[in-house]
Amino acid sequence: MLNKIGVKLSLAVGITTVLIIGVYSYYTIVAQSRVLVAEVESHAHQLSETINSSMRQYMLANQREQLHETINAIGGHHGICGVRIFNKEGFIMYSAKAEDIGTMVDKEAESCYACHTVDQPLERLPQEDRTRIFRRDEDSPRGLGVINAIYNEPACWQSACHAHSEDQQVLGVLDVTICLTDIDKQIHQSTIKSIVFSILVIIGLCLVVGLLLNRMVTRPVRALVGATHQVALGNFSHTIEDHGEDELGQLADSFNNMTEKLSEMRMQLFQFDKMASLGRLAAGIAHELNNPLTGVLTYGSFLLKRAEGNPELQEDLEVIVRETMRSRDIVKGLLDFSRQSVPRKSEVNVNDVLDRTLLVVKNQLKINRIRIVDQRDGDIPEILVDPNQIQQVFLNLVVNAIEAIGSDGGSITISSSIVSLSPHGIVQIRNVSCVNGHDLIDATHKIEGMPSIRVKAKYGGNEGFVHIDPIYGGQRHHFGIALLRDAPVDVHCPECDISLVHPEKKCPECGAPVYVLQTPDKGPIEGCARHGGTWQRWEMIEHEGERTYIEVRISDTGSGITNEDLNDIFEPFYSTKGQKGTGLGLSVIWGIIDTHGGTILVDSEVGKGTTFTVRLPVDKRAGHGPATIGDAT
Amino acid sequence: MSDRYDILIVDDEPVVIDSVVKVGRAEGYRIDTAHSAMAALEKLSRNRYRMIICDVMMPEMDGFQFMQRLDKSGLETPVIMTTGFSTMQNAVQALLVGAAGFLPKPFTMDELVSRMKRGLKYTELLTGVRAGTVDPDKVFRRCPRRFRRLGNASWALMEDSGVVVLGVVDLFLKTIDDLQGIDLMAMDDTLNQGGVCARLETGDHLVHNLLAPLSGKIIARNEAVLDDIGLVAEDPYGNGWLYQIIPSSLEEELKMLKPGRAG
Repeated sequence: MLNKIGVKLSLAVGITTVLIIGVYSYYTIVAQSRVLVAEVESHAHQLSETINSSMRQYMLANQREQLHETINAIGGHHGICGVRIFNKEGFIMYSAKAEDIGTMVDKEAESCYACHTVDQPLERLPQEDRTRIFRRDEDSPRGLGVINAIYNEPACWQSACHAHSEDQQVLGVLDVTICLTDIDKQIHQSTIKSIVFSILVIIGLCLVVGLLLNRMVTRPVRALVGATHQVALGNFSHTIEDHGEDELGQLADSFNNMTEKLSEMRMQLFQFDKMASLGRLAAGIAHELNNPLTGVLTYGSFLLKRAEGNPELQEDLEVIVRETMRSRDIVKGLLDFSRQSVPRKSEVNVNDVLDRTLLVVKNQLKINRIRIVDQRDGDIPEILVDPNQIQQVFLNLVVNAIEAIGSDGGSITISSSIVSLSPHGIVQIRNVSCVNGHDLIDATHKIEGMPSIRVKAKYGGNEGFVHIDPIYGGQRHHFGIALLRDAPVDVHCPECDISLVHPEKKCPECGAPVYVLQTPDKGPIEGCARHGGTWQRWEMIEHEGERTYIEVRISDTGSGITNEDLNDIFEPFYSTKGQKGTGLGLSVIWGIIDTHGGTILVDSEVGKGTTFTVRLPVDKRAGHGPATIGDAT
Repeated sequence: MSDRYDILIVDDEPVVIDSVVKVGRAEGYRIDTAHSAMAALEKLSRNRYRMIICDVMMPEMDGFQFMQRLDKSGLETPVIMTTGFSTMQNAVQALLVGAAGFLPKPFTMDELVSRMKRGLKYTELLTGVRAGTVDPDKVFRRCPRRFRRLGNASWALMEDSGVVVLGVVDLFLKTIDDLQGIDLMAMDDTLNQGGVCARLETGDHLVHNLLAPLSGKIIARNEAVLDDIGLVAEDPYGNGWLYQIIPSSLEEELKMLKPGRAG
């Protein structure tokens, strides 16, 4: 139970809340009590002064009866515990409680502390010291006492009664005690209220936090754990439903994605395995069948020879021989199937391959109401490619286009042409190093599907990696360091830190320093080291001149691809089609085009459509493996 | 006591042995049989054979291992490999390791007879050369060194343009009697290494299949040899060429070919 993340978090939140609300409530109650007491105190002073001044006349006139009555009347008020006047010696002269009259004030008692804590009693007290809160005994309620000294004044000793002499300073003390019962009750009630409120808040908070945790954490986590169990059991079709947008939702999303890819990979493995066993089976069957067929065929043809002169028999035997030969061809077909994967290159016209491709998707095009706009050049030369693989490429691209268009109809434009292109912007740099021979190609960081060239850039005291576009003359560099536009960058080998910048050479376009990359057999590649500089020169490749390609463009009027996706579409297992896609299509295509020494480019605008451009080299020098582009270092 | 036979047939399939025995004997050959490569080696140590027809796929020891054992023991008896797993790769492989011929199963009587005749003719030439009665330089023209050949059947010559010329090795022609005509494949057809690329007809109404040394697309064929088959026999490495092709997987396939100088 305590191991559960929800319980742990609820407990933590609960304890924190208890602490915060506890401390807060305590100080609130204390402050509230203080305010109440202070109010009572000022009220008591006022009362004391009022009594004092209202009785002045009685005292001056020495009207003791009226004094008694007044004190009794005041003492009878609700909330007043006692009113008394005692003389300087502590003799209680007047009191609301009749039994106190004539008794002496206990000088040790609470009410006397203020003046009598020192040996010589004080004669004047500041106002704040004249009050005190006390409890007469354990069971009695709290009271707030105010003492008000009655000072001697000329009117007193000049009065006719001559009760007081002139040299006396303090004639007596008026002591008013206000009951704090009501206030205490109020404080008590508000304390209880605070406690109840706190408990309710804590319970409520814990409940809400618990519920939210359950909803937002426990349940999704349980779903994730359940899903991992399912996958562990081999159920790859299990998906986590209804996950939110938060981190756990993203985790669930990526989990779903992962299982999907796993399942696809398993399917592919399974498929591969299936094909392999089917191949083995076919080979086995072919072998096994060929032996008995040998018997039939040799005996049959032997008999046919012997049946010369017997046309009727010969005719029948010819059937046997002919049909056995047919069986031989069928078995041969089985054997060919078992070793289908071996690539076979031959001279083909790409237009024919496109024709066959369109034939395959004819129905799909019709169903989706897609029009084919044919802009193919009928005069393109034949090129040496594996027609099956190239057909796979076109088929994949056309199927992608159909899926991008969806069922709302649209058009796919297919063009083929022969183009001559300068190597600039076409040739892929596949193998470069620093002068010490350290490989600069970074296969883990790809730019449009191609391994990039990684160099270390030093600028303004900072260091970072820059991934240079592997296409000769390309400008799609990725910067891992903030650089000022137009600033010259110090470029180094990430391995040995040697500077790649040439000590003397300057960019012919802007005069900035020039970096030099080494290739094993195609000479150096030079480029402008200014951030934003576009100049690059590869002498040896430029020297080889323009290259001729068959260019096939497949454009659709479909949904288009976002910029973020464009960078990844040639990665294996990258799919934007969710459940439908295998994610292998475009990476396989890229691989096929690459082994043919060609290039594939994609250009897309969301909402407008996508164009894939496939360029296959026209190279008559057959037998030199993939055409020169593939060999370009 | 050593017996002399024309042919030893080695196969683990009784029906194949029976077929070969039936056809061979009808042609008048003395035929011995072995049901395994081990049994064949044992027989070879006792008897003398002019040629061997051996299956590739057999339990314990397969045809290729059998060839190696023959090679080690110094026996130069020509071997014709046969298999039910009759892929072009197997054909090429068999010729590469020194088989005198390849006979894919199932075969017709004519195919078998043509192979037997050629095999025995080959033995005859070989024995003659060894015995000194036949001067190889006079009897047949050796394949020039810059040529590449598939066994002793066909040759290929790479030209600078990237085009490859194909033809028949003279030793193959010498193993067939009375060449009457040739049947070539059509323009633009695709050849496969180890697949049949031409059929040579002889006076005895037999057809001899020539296997292609390389894969590729036919861009030209020598129409002259169709009219005058004598060209092939007269100048097999020159005017007697058969095809010009654009090869499709030259690098890989060249590994399966031997340099010239057959015989």
